[in-house]
Amino acid sequence: MATHRRIDVSKLGDVTIVRFLDKKILDEAGILELGAELFGLVEQDNRKSLLLNFVGVEFLSSAALGKLITLDRKVKSNKGRMKMSNIRPEILEVFQITKLNKIFDIRKDEAEALSAFA
Amino acid sequence: MPHQKNPADPSAQPSESADAAEWRRSIELPSERGASRLIMEQLLEQLGIHGWSPSDIFAIHLAAEEAIVNAIVHGNKLDPSKVVQVACVVSPTLARIEVTDEGSGFDPASVPDCRLEDRLEAPNGRGVMLMRTFMTRIEYSPRGNRVLMEKQRSPAEG
Repeated sequence: MATHRRIDVSKLGDVTIVRFLDKKILDEAGILELGAELFGLVEQDNRKSLLLNFVGVEFLSSAALGKLITLDRKVKSNKGRMKMSNIRPEILEVFQITKLNKIFDIRKDEAEALSAFA
Repeated sequence: MPHQKNPADPSAQPSESADAAEWRRSIELPSERGASRLIMEQLLEQLGIHGWSPSDIFAIHLAAEEAIVNAIVHGNKLDPSKVVQVACVVSPTLARIEVTDEGSGFDPASVPDCRLEDRLEAPNGRGVMLMRTFMTRIEYSPRGNRVLMEKQRSPAEG
């Protein structure tokens, strides 16, 4: 199992829960690393059900959005499912402006996202 | 009084405005990833000092970060011989950020709309759009290597 520096990964039943360790996801080197760690969950670990819990994340840049979009595509092409939760209003607005809320399955909190996997 | 500055002498112009109601800072950044960190910290601190709301601060933070990253990565293409100039003004009602690079510029109209169905899943091309949405005014120089962004303070909620 890979070591993670940007994310905390846990498992509840079949669902892999990912939390982000950085409050601000904007540093480019950090985003590259974040992308590699997230993609590894799908490509190496073959995890099918991913829940990205954004609790504590205060900021993310468009480069980080790019990684989330690529991750979503990888999950879908691996016949998996991805959901997101605990997104603060400002970041939710970014998703709405860019219409990414149309392609991401965004839930209020972890409990609601977990039950949506059932 | 050796430390007193003569306001009529342009060479004595301070790097920060003497007017407490307005903060000004101009800085040259190297074309390196992460070069914006210090100026961004100062900008965010000043927005807080000037009483801007968390959601306005978020918007300005995002727009400034995207503009500076674009200038470093797409404008100057990380060329160490080129610099990015950043000029900020923060008052209680207006924030202005101007970012200039030494690249050949670009046509902002040529950036495809990332909200279109067939572009929705493209991983790039959202920064310019977010800047435009979050700021009150955004203007590019004719060459496209300089962007001027302004945000008027949002009315208080409630």
